[in-house]
Amino acid sequence: MGLDIRFPIGMMFTLIGLLLSGAGFFSPDKLSLGININLIWGSILFLFGALMWSSAVKAKGK
Amino acid sequence: MPSQSIHLGVIDYSILVLYVAFVIGIGFALKRQMKTSADFFLSGRNIPAWVTGLAFLSANLGALELVGMAASGAKYGIATCHFYWVGAIPAMIFLAVFMMPFYYGSKARSVPEYLKLRFDERTRAFNSVSFAVMTIFASGISLNALAKLLHNLLGWEYNISLWICSFIVLLYVLKGGLTSAIYTEVLQFFMIVLGFAPVVWLGLRDAGGWVAIKQKLAGVATNPSAYNLADSASTTFHSDAWTSAWKPLIGGPSANPMGIDLFAMIFGLGFVLSFGYWCTNFLVVQRAMAAKDMKAARNTPLVAAVPKMFFPLLVILPGMIALALSATEGKGYQFPKAVIAEAKMSAAIASVRQSVASGADVVTASKTIALAAGTSLNTVKVEELLKAAKADPGTPDAQLAIGIQDAVVNDYDGVILSLVKRYCPTGLLGLALTALLASFMSGMAGNVTAFNTVWTYDLYQAYIAPDKSDEHYSWMGRVVTVAGILLSIGAAYFASMWTNAMDIIQLVFAFVNAPLFATFLLGMFWSRTTGTGAFVGLICGTLASALFHACTLSVGNVPGVKGGYIHNFWTLPSDMAQNFWLASFAFTICFAVTVLLSLSTRRTKSDEELKGLVYSLTPKQTVDQVWYARPGTIGIVLLIVCVILNYIFW
Repeated sequence: MGLDIRFPIGMMFTLIGLLLSGAGFFSPDKLSLGININLIWGSILFLFGALMWSSAVKAKGK
Repeated sequence: MPSQSIHLGVIDYSILVLYVAFVIGIGFALKRQMKTSADFFLSGRNIPAWVTGLAFLSANLGALELVGMAASGAKYGIATCHFYWVGAIPAMIFLAVFMMPFYYGSKARSVPEYLKLRFDERTRAFNSVSFAVMTIFASGISLNALAKLLHNLLGWEYNISLWICSFIVLLYVLKGGLTSAIYTEVLQFFMIVLGFAPVVWLGLRDAGGWVAIKQKLAGVATNPSAYNLADSASTTFHSDAWTSAWKPLIGGPSANPMGIDLFAMIFGLGFVLSFGYWCTNFLVVQRAMAAKDMKAARNTPLVAAVPKMFFPLLVILPGMIALALSATEGKGYQFPKAVIAEAKMSAAIASVRQSVASGADVVTASKTIALAAGTSLNTVKVEELLKAAKADPGTPDAQLAIGIQDAVVNDYDGVILSLVKRYCPTGLLGLALTALLASFMSGMAGNVTAFNTVWTYDLYQAYIAPDKSDEHYSWMGRVVTVAGILLSIGAAYFASMWTNAMDIIQLVFAFVNAPLFATFLLGMFWSRTTGTGAFVGLICGTLASALFHACTLSVGNVPGVKGGYIHNFWTLPSDMAQNFWLASFAFTICFAVTVLLSLSTRRTKSDEELKGLVYSLTPKQTVDQVWYARPGTIGIVLLIVCVILNYIFW
């Protein structure tokens, strides 16, 4: 198959994760139930994206 | 509804734009691979199972499901999970283990084409025409719902939202065909899960966890009319009616808020409707048919079954959280409601005074007032209001207005977004909204790709232009993709203009879908089934469902679009019960007629011709898989997990 779908998924969530955690980092006053949810969830998305991305890279290298 | 409106910030729009760029980018990246019509319509059959599996799930998941399941979670509680545990998982496993070998092995390019190979052109023509019409309406309904939601919530113009969303889907399907629809569906699957998960997590924290929710919902169950959840003040349920999956069902229709009996649930939903949808609907089956080999094709529904089983956590739980919050003082949570406009409110107030003066009975009065107010009202609250107005004729207009507004029924479809609004700061808000858009787009792309394949292969190539070149059919596929999107937009306008349109469309779905599984079941597992038997049986089943509908009515409805227009022979406890019984009836008629006619007509296909199409005439495949990787084994494991889930929430 020409396109490994893990590439776009990985890239997209890495970028969205960066955006979201960045937003949480720079405006820590935007809380939900006292939690900086943008920072937390942004980091989770970033990790997920990076994992997908790297697994696609690994598969391509094989 | 201005009170609902949400304001988006720069980050929210950035997330939205990123997502759109990626789905369109996938379409363009795949464009180079679209060489033959088989690439465009069938993905060239080379996609791995985990991809087709997640696409299988996403394609079925329209925006309506996210919105509607949360609404049902609030209205009916955990019993809504039966749409997953009873109404999906067993059928998905059955498809993988027993039916996929015939769909995939027969080399049919679509479900209607399988019907042609197994029976004859008549059944195929009937199935492809009804399927094509239904997919267009399904995507139209979903499109209309989405554009309305975006309008109410974000103040986006209805027409602009409608056209832009459709255009994005058009662009990536046109470029990359089925492959691009499937690939974006996988991306959308992750978007939906990761976009809504934080909302559910925050909601659970806010409500104080599952134990606290259970406690609150017990209070709701014993006094549902106080929460606008029952039409009579005397209605009351056992305290676990919202939090136990089976006990309220065993208690009979009056013991559960769905108004459903056990038989209708298990046979009607769990067997007829569920198998009729998951095992015969080309929209989902197409995903499995695009898999790279037989193993992957059979694993597709099994891969999908795993997340499907746990989806209630994401889509039903939010409705229950919202209900628990609304029952907790100090949380300040109220279900969204339509706000009555000033002019209509004056009319409604006049109507209240008139009803008091004329001494009309509550039901009639309630209907007239609701008509004047332009929205549905809760009868119990109207009754209280009328009593108060009668006791004190001097009640000021302002106080009546408060009473009328309070009686407006909850807009449960707004539940999920009211939670998004409550918990999401700018940033997370964009993510959740993108998830909603993703769920809509995956459903629409699913409908469009299924529609263009059925149109091109089963109608155009079969009856209109049979012997054309492959380029011609590829070209046709693209033309019909554009046409399909335009027709969906037309269907969306149709659904928005006429209040009864939705009811009628859904009725047609029910009529066509209900008998379908009988035809496939007999066709695949009984070699004696003849073409005539199948065709006439299917027609009779469809007519039987229309007849059943014309002769039954559910409580609280008047004869008309809701049924009973010939004569009301049987009053059912709820719309849902009527729907499940209708399906059971149509299935039985279709089954019986097909068997009887098959026995009395001659077979037109020999055993040799039916090889690969009928279970008993197909040689058992040599299995090259270890025992634990076989679909049968995985299916049993999944069923056991599903039973455990049911036991936990018994």
